[in-house]
Amino acid sequence: MSIQGHVFKYGANVDTDVIIPARYLNTAEPAELARHCMEDLDPSFISRVQPGDILVAGANFGCGSSREHAPVAIKASGISCVIAPSFARIFFRNAINMGLPILECTEAAEAIQNGDRVSVDFDTGRIENLTRGQTFTARPFPPFIRRIIEADGLMGTLRQLQGKGE
Amino acid sequence: MAMTLTQKILAAHAGLNAVEAGELIEAKLDLVLGNDVTAPPAIKVFEAAGLKTVFDPERIALVPDHFTPNKDIQSAEHCARMRRFARDKQLSHYYEQGEEGMGVEHVVLPENGLVAPGDAIIGADSHTCTYGALGAFATGVGSTDLAYAMATGKTWFRVPEAIRIQLSGQLKPGVTGKDVILHLIGQIGVDGALYQSLEFTGPGVAGLSMAERLTICNMAIEAGAKNGLFPVDDATRAYLAHYAPERVAKNDFTVYEADPDARYARTIQIDLAAIRQTVAFPHLPENTREIGSFDPIPVDQVVIGSCTNGRLEDLRLAAHWLKGRKVAKGLRLIILPGSQRVWREALKEGLFEIFTDAGAVVSAPTCGPCLGGHMGILAAGERCVSTTNRNFVGRMGHPKSEVYLAGVPVACASAVLGRVAGTDELDA
Ligand code: SF4
Repeated sequence: MSIQGHVFKYGANVDTDVIIPARYLNTAEPAELARHCMEDLDPSFISRVQPGDILVAGANFGCGSSREHAPVAIKASGISCVIAPSFARIFFRNAINMGLPILECTEAAEAIQNGDRVSVDFDTGRIENLTRGQTFTARPFPPFIRRIIEADGLMGTLRQLQGKGE
Repeated sequence: MAMTLTQKILAAHAGLNAVEAGELIEAKLDLVLGNDVTAPPAIKVFEAAGLKTVFDPERIALVPDHFTPNKDIQSAEHCARMRRFARDKQLSHYYEQGEEGMGVEHVVLPENGLVAPGDAIIGADSHTCTYGALGAFATGVGSTDLAYAMATGKTWFRVPEAIRIQLSGQLKPGVTGKDVILHLIGQIGVDGALYQSLEFTGPGVAGLSMAERLTICNMAIEAGAKNGLFPVDDATRAYLAHYAPERVAKNDFTVYEADPDARYARTIQIDLAAIRQTVAFPHLPENTREIGSFDPIPVDQVVIGSCTNGRLEDLRLAAHWLKGRKVAKGLRLIILPGSQRVWREALKEGLFEIFTDAGAVVSAPTCGPCLGGHMGILAAGERCVSTTNRNFVGRMGHPKSEVYLAGVPVACASAVLGRVAGTDELDA
């Protein structure tokens, strides 16, 4: 599975409160959450983001509260993947459980610039900067994590198990 | 490939010979836990996915402990949803208030013989890390994780690296496991062990009681850790013989040891004899100060209980320091035994008489005030010394109230003297 898109680049310690401010947590509707995604950090984000685009950020992305709404909002905004040197522990878990691909790669996170066009292959972990002609390798997801992401999150894999009558 | 204790347990549950830090694995679980706050949303997810059966009705524990006895209609509805699910799926480890085996989740699971060395356990509660005291891998997760685990008996983990905490020496009288963990959090900070295991080892381990180890592992999460872990020794085996005789009889557990050449992110030495009575000031568990290093702070309420310090040993310690003494005029001392079993034993041992004579009130086993639920909420400007584990803004009530975290001896001394105080200041 691979994706391609333009990059939105942000700094380190992007916290769950700027990803989706607490004042909007009275809904669990993904489209509604997406409308306010990154609002307190980059108000123009939501009007510019295109399906398939990629978030690249500094270390400790997703720090703060344990809200599952944060990866839900990012995913519903159209973002196909987040690349950062590191993720906060609970965000990391929630992102995968919600079916949002995230990749840890310090070199890529540093070298890729805002607006670059980048492709990512989740099976191999290969990240290619098409604008600058550079490639990087992140540790690829093992098959069961790929299954979660391809099934649109843990819920999706539950539904698949159910379908197979397991 | 040399592994830490956590890595050994995870590798075994993933069916792998070896794992390394950073690796993503899928692991089989021995026990899956939910409570009245986190299980209802998980049940919703479970039902929305159209699932009908759980992976094993013997390996799921649902404990209504946070807002029970139900404090309002909403909590009653939550508990009712859980009770229906437990009945419908015929779960063996659903506990009702008043029943033997009921109480605060992290007190009752080990007491009910559901935790043994080498187990891999997840709970939709951040203090699930408590069970590391028995040599089990245990960590907190979210509600979606809980739903998935209830259905499949599996979850995924990223393998953590570990910080090794090398313990030596012996605690001085009046100093407890709580002081040890507060000291450590004060030293490394609330994110000092982010995404890592805290693995306790060294000659100092032998002198720590199981109650103390449970308290220490309980607060591993307050240093950001994924889990806390103690090696298995004679004290662990004696605890298991008492609380988990069935698993001992069936030899149904595995003792793992860290490889001697395992690599650690870092090693921290702690001389237990040098630890003093410690208090975490508002509003973070890392704001620690030793008793005697600050000006008098008047206190309105003292709480003794919770999954951190609500065990029988804690209540015995409280009785020791409160016997023949009186709670300061105008102060409220609230004691919450951690489980029905603790409650009954404390009653039998005559502890309640000591508490009542001192002027304390004894509650039913519940989380209650620990998370600002009920049974002792603070007003604006009020201060509380509490044996619980979090002192965040508003944790026990009004956002302008303050919580000072401490061990049982400091809680008792503070209750008697009406200010944050150590036991040194109590009259002999
Ligand atoms: S006693 Fe407090 S910390 Fe422990 S489970 Fe209950 S609410 Fe959570």
